Amino acid sequence: MILAKIVGTVVATRKDERLVSNKLLIARPMDPRGKPEGSYLVAVDTVDAGVGETVLIVSGSSARMASGLKDTPVDAAIVGIVDNVQLRDEGR
Amino acid sequence: MQLAQVIGEVVATIKDANLHGIKLLVVQPLDAGGQPAGRTLVALDSVGAGVGENVFFVRGREAAFPFYPVEPPADASIVGIVDFWDVPPADR
Repeated sequence: MILAKIVGTVVATRKDERLVSNKLLIARPMDPRGKPEGSYLVAVDTVDAGVGETVLIVSGSSARMASGLKDTPVDAAIVGIVDNVQLRDEGR
Repeated sequence: MQLAQVIGEVVATIKDANLHGIKLLVVQPLDAGGQPAGRTLVALDSVGAGVGENVFFVRGREAAFPFYPVEPPADASIVGIVDFWDVPPADR
């Protein structure tokens, strides 16, 4: 899974019917220290995340194992809202 | 599977129901010489690993298997703690 910051929302009226009523968010992957890395991605939100929050994103076929996404055409799902990341080199 | 070092912990209160009770660790993939190789990621812990330990982890759909019959939405899981590894310098 990767850490990412939610930076925006996506509205799509016409989409696969299995995506209907799923919230789509734009996320910017980042390293554990908060530095952005890689390109933006669109992820399905399963935990009521919002813009500005740091989240956990599961990618690939595993994304379909998130709650409510069985058999949906997704490859990135937001499955957690991060409270805190504690790294070894930060004051232990 | 890939070698990695556990470098941190992630705390997330709001998350997918199937992730509850599972430790989330930040891992840095390593090359055969023990040097960082590639981006850090967040992996589920299935073996009781801790910060500072060298581990190996599995990617993809199989990352959910250690937690059977629960199927957490996971794309990376730590499945072993490395005691030591040995690669001749010529092959690193």
